Amino acid sequence: MEKPLTQHIVPGRAPLSLKEYEKVGGYQSVRKILKEMTPQEVQALVKESDLKGRGGAGFNTGLKWSFVPMGPDAATPKYLVANADEMEPGTFKDRVLLEGNPHQLIEGMIVAAYAIQASISYVFLRWAYKVAAREITKAIQEAYDAGYLGQNILGSGFNLDMHLHTGVGRYMCGEETALLNALEGKRANPRAKPPFPQVSGLFGKPTIVNNVETLCCLPHIVNNGAEWFKKLGLTVDAGTKLFGVSGRVKTPGCWELPMGTTIREILEDYAGGMQDGYLFRGLLPGGASTDFLVEEHLDLPMDYPSIQAAGSRLGTGTMIIMDDQTCPVGFTLNLMHFFAQESCGFCTPCREGLPWVERILLAIDKGEGKPEHLLTLDFHTKYLGPGNTFCALAPGAMEPLQSALKYFREDFERHIHEHHCPWSKAKAWQPSI
Amino acid sequence: MLTAEEKHQIDHEISLVPAPKNACIEALKIVQHNYGWVSDESLKDVADYVGMSSAELDSVATFYNLIFRRPVGRHVILLCDSISCYVMGYDGIKEALHEKLNIQYGQTTADDRFTLLPNCCLGTCDCAPALMIDNDLYRNLTVEQLDEILNKYT
Repeated sequence: MEKPLTQHIVPGRAPLSLKEYEKVGGYQSVRKILKEMTPQEVQALVKESDLKGRGGAGFNTGLKWSFVPMGPDAATPKYLVANADEMEPGTFKDRVLLEGNPHQLIEGMIVAAYAIQASISYVFLRWAYKVAAREITKAIQEAYDAGYLGQNILGSGFNLDMHLHTGVGRYMCGEETALLNALEGKRANPRAKPPFPQVSGLFGKPTIVNNVETLCCLPHIVNNGAEWFKKLGLTVDAGTKLFGVSGRVKTPGCWELPMGTTIREILEDYAGGMQDGYLFRGLLPGGASTDFLVEEHLDLPMDYPSIQAAGSRLGTGTMIIMDDQTCPVGFTLNLMHFFAQESCGFCTPCREGLPWVERILLAIDKGEGKPEHLLTLDFHTKYLGPGNTFCALAPGAMEPLQSALKYFREDFERHIHEHHCPWSKAKAWQPSI
Repeated sequence: MLTAEEKHQIDHEISLVPAPKNACIEALKIVQHNYGWVSDESLKDVADYVGMSSAELDSVATFYNLIFRRPVGRHVILLCDSISCYVMGYDGIKEALHEKLNIQYGQTTADDRFTLLPNCCLGTCDCAPALMIDNDLYRNLTVEQLDEILNKYT
């Protein structure tokens, strides 16, 4: 099985230095594009490869780039930003790539920057990733020293500077326009679109924001071609994907597998199945803002259309398992507390609605729920849904809520009728501060 | 008053962006690195230096979880309270920390040794539950390990 993204990552070992990385073929894609390809050809290649954004949205990367103004009349400087602000609860895949092979990310960023003719790039890294910060700082310096960054890269006339920016903690920064505001030294509220960042992004200039895993795919697509990349996937989607599992399984972890690997295979063959004494009840397939899937979905392939057809989203591809000894109300309350806290407060439905949802769930969890509370939760899933809020945070929050109400409604009703949480061992979730 | 060294560091950040105020978050980080938090006085100094009003800078400072606008202890404990850690036993770790340190979230021990804060997902969900103290990450936590971990910090 081919594992292009993680082939040079050995857990517990320091990442490859630039020299070591070059010896295993590193930076070949940079040499190739600078010598043999126009920016438009790189864009076309990536579009053809059907690489979809690995941050959760799943938009065709080459297509996203194609909206950047090109040619001599385009505004400059253009920017490329690597979104390394991994803060989706339950998600720990970009950490693997950042800590394990920072040169692969830098190489991918050079490819992306060349494709859109960006001259300044940023790695927007979450503050908690201290090891990654150290390794990326070192790798960027090595890349400058070797002439892969800076002025006139490898004599091509192409210039690219790269900076590491560590955030100061806010989930909103994962949303690309909010991330740009954070980079500009502002509150990370999302921006109105249009204008899209491709046209008017960082400091009002054309900007592309790509996820770390997306960028790491690029060197391999340039080296091996679009057809090779498409064939890596087992189903309709192209490439490999980092899939993760957390929760009460025997061997939680993160693995690079072909796109379209089934949920059951990931859960049983890689995560080792449920821990003894725990039964599977449901899972969030791609982070906190994806709908629950249950037993009947376990044989679905993990690809964008299959998971979407089941009513959820592939998201980040890192699953969170809910076992039978975890209270579904407490589980959902934990998620809603997170979203309520991380709402930027800019638009009313999100700012007011999410805390309302959290308070209702807290009441139900404490045994103080009323039957009409479920109806209030139901209407919130509509009123905070797509189209009613300024950005995707609240609609994302409603995904696990609406599916919890669908699949675990009896558990919610038991809390209300029995006036206590039936999971006697599981303590009520106490929101912090 | 900003020190010469702080001004030097902030000047470098300003040189990387179109306008001085674009470097305000970096400037806050520099001050916080030196004092552990951002006092009203520091906030005003930074605001003056980058050409913003104190109110405008405070609206930025208070937006972010990790710019501290109140004093913190010598070490800050950030306990992950997100979903994977919740499933894997966060509650027990939290209770044990409250008990051992005799503080609630947002409080600092009487000897100024620790401040305890909840934190969003630390991105190490396969090794839950997890916490960070200063720059150190601790994973696969059990209540039994807490004394040994806390004893490393004086």
